[in-house]
Amino acid sequence: MAAYVVRRLLYGVGVVLGVLFLLFVLFFTVTEPDDIARKALGDKVPPAVIEQWKANHGYDRPLWPWQDWDDNLLFDHYRRMLTFDFGKSDADDSPILDRILDGIGPSLSLTVPLLLLSLLAAIPFSLLVAFFRETYIDRMGVFLCVLAMSVSMLLYIIGAQFLIGKVLRWYPISGFDPDPTMIWRFLALPLIVGVLGSIGGDVRFYRTVFLEESSRDFVRTARAKGASEARIMVRHVLRNAMIPILTQVVLSIPFLFTGSILLESFFGIPGLGSLTVDAIQGNDFSTLRTMVYIGSLLFIVGQIATDLSYGLVDPRVRFE
Amino acid sequence: MISLEPHVWSNLMVVALVGVGLGVVRAIRRQRLWREAAGALWRRRRVAIVIVALYVGVGLLDSIAWKGGVPEGVTGVLPNAPLTLIDRAFLDTREASYSAPFADREFYGGRPLRHPGSHWLGTDILGRDVVYMALKGARVALLIGGLTSLIAIPLALLFGVGAGYFGGRFDDVVFFLISTLASMPGLLLLIALIMVMGRSTFSVCIALGVTSWVGFCRLSRAETLKLRELDYVAAARALGVSEPRIVFRHILPNLAHLVVITFVLMFSGLVLSEAVLSWLGIGVDGSWGQMIDGARNELSRDPIIWWNIFAAGTALFGLILSVNAVGDAVRDVLDPRTLREDR
Repeated sequence: MAAYVVRRLLYGVGVVLGVLFLLFVLFFTVTEPDDIARKALGDKVPPAVIEQWKANHGYDRPLWPWQDWDDNLLFDHYRRMLTFDFGKSDADDSPILDRILDGIGPSLSLTVPLLLLSLLAAIPFSLLVAFFRETYIDRMGVFLCVLAMSVSMLLYIIGAQFLIGKVLRWYPISGFDPDPTMIWRFLALPLIVGVLGSIGGDVRFYRTVFLEESSRDFVRTARAKGASEARIMVRHVLRNAMIPILTQVVLSIPFLFTGSILLESFFGIPGLGSLTVDAIQGNDFSTLRTMVYIGSLLFIVGQIATDLSYGLVDPRVRFE
Repeated sequence: MISLEPHVWSNLMVVALVGVGLGVVRAIRRQRLWREAAGALWRRRRVAIVIVALYVGVGLLDSIAWKGGVPEGVTGVLPNAPLTLIDRAFLDTREASYSAPFADREFYGGRPLRHPGSHWLGTDILGRDVVYMALKGARVALLIGGLTSLIAIPLALLFGVGAGYFGGRFDDVVFFLISTLASMPGLLLLIALIMVMGRSTFSVCIALGVTSWVGFCRLSRAETLKLRELDYVAAARALGVSEPRIVFRHILPNLAHLVVITFVLMFSGLVLSEAVLSWLGIGVDGSWGQMIDGARNELSRDPIIWWNIFAAGTALFGLILSVNAVGDAVRDVLDPRTLREDR
C-alpha cells in the first residue's frame, strides 16, 4: 500500500513536470519572448524598448540550461511555477497570484451551485428515462438529450440573455454583486444556461450507467423476489450506480476552481474564467500559462485523490 | 512541393474527396459486414443522412472555384479573384445596405432596395447577404471537422496501436504523454495552442487535433491490447507473419469500426468548439461561430435584428443535430457492446 501511494505520487509529480515542460515549449520557444514583447508593445517600437520590456518581465535570459546553467528561463520557469511565484501579468503588470486569489470566490459561487443543480436535474430525469427503457418515453427522452446537446452554448447564452433578460426582464442580463442578498439575482441566468447546456450529455451518461446496473444479476433476483419496479430502481439500481456517478462528480471538483470561461465572461462574473478571457484578448501570455498550469495541477491532484480513495474504499482494488 | 494557388488546391481536394468517397462506397459494397451496417444505418436515419449529405454538397459546391467569368456591371468583386459556385450564385444580389428580411427599404436613408426582395434573410451590418454567409459556413464547418479528424485519428492510431502492440518502453512513453495532455484543461490548452501558433484555419485545426486525439488513443491502445492476445494473432505469429503485416492485416481492420464511430462522434464536438473559439476571437474566418458572434449585439437594436443569428444558429444546429443522430445510430450498428447493453 505505502509503496503504491509513493509510486502514484511520484507519477503525479512526473506528470506535473511534463505539463510544465509542455508549457515552456509552447510559451517560450514556439512564441519567443520577442514575440510576446512585440504583442504587448506593438510592432513599431525600437529594439531598445523591447529589450527594456524583456528585462522588466524577466525574459532577458537564454532559454536553455546548456546556454547558461545558472541563469536560464527553463529552470526559472520550473522554480517559479513550483513555488507559486507567478510574477506579474504581461499586459498590465499586476501580480498574477493576487488576481487568481481574487477570482476564486466568484468562480466558486457560480460553479458549486451549478454542479449541484445539474445533478439534481439530471439524476431524476435519467432515472425516469431508464425506468421506461425501450418505450416511447425512453426514445423521446434520448431524442431530447441529443437535441439539447446539438445547440451551441453560445446560442443558449444569447437566447437566455435575450428572452429572460431583455424581453421578460426577470433577471439582469449580466453583472455581479458579492452581497449574499443580491448574488442570486445575478447568478440565476448563468445557472439556468449552465444546467441547460450540460443536461443532455449528463442524462445520456447516467442513463447508460443505470441501464448497465439494471441488467445485473441482483436486479433480476430482486425482481424474482417480487420487489416493485420503483423499489428496484431506487434501492438496487440508483444505489449501485452512485459509484460511477460519484467518481464523475469527484473528478469534476478541480474544474470548479477554474470556473467557466463562457458563462463567466458572458455574464460578467469576475472569476477565473473572465481572467482567462481577459488574458486571451490582451495577449497576456504569462497569465494564460499560469491558468493552464493551475488547471492541470488541480486536475492531477484530484485524480491522485480519487485513485487513492478508491484503494481505501474498494477492497477489490489491489495495488500492484 | 509544387506551388499552386489556393483555389486550385481546393478544386483538387474536391476531386480527391469524390474519388475517396467512391472508393469507400465500393469497399462497403464488397464486404457483407459493412454492407449490412450501412443498410441498417440508412434504414434508421434516412432524414439525418440526407441532411448531412446536403451540407456536404453545399461544401463541395463552395470548393469548386475558378477565375473570371464575372458579368459586366457586377460590383463588390475583386477583379481576377477566384469565385466558387456559391459565390457565383449570389453575385448579383450583393449591395451595400442594411436591410430587414423581405424589406422594401434600406435601413439607413430610406432609398428603395436595388434588388427588391432578393435578400431572403436580409443582410448583415456590412451589407453581406445572410443566406450567402450561412451557405459559405458549411464548407468551413466541414473543413474544421474533417481536417481535424484527419490529423487526430491517424495520430491516435499511430500511438495507440503502437503502444498497445509493442508495449514496453514505448508504451510507457505514450502513456505518460497521454496523461500529461489529458491533465491539461482542454479549452485552455486549445486557446494556448492557437495563441502561440497564430490564427489561421490550419492552426485551429492542428490545435483542435492535438487536444482531441487523446481519448481515441486510449481507446485504440486498450483495444489493441485485447486484440493482441487473441488466438488468430497468435496463429499468424506462429505462421511467421511479419510484425507490420500483423498490425496492418490483423489489428487495424478490427479497429475500423471504432475509427468510424469516433469520427462521427468527434465531428460535432469539433464544430461546436470552433464556435466557442470564434466568440473568443480566435476562430476560423467565415464560420457560423463568427456569424453568431458578429450578430450578438444586433439583438439589442430596435427594431430587433434577429435574422443573422437565426440563420447561423439554424445552420449550425441542423448540421450538429443530424451528425449527432447519425453518430448515435453508427455506434448502435457497429459497436456490439452497446447492442448487448440494450438487451
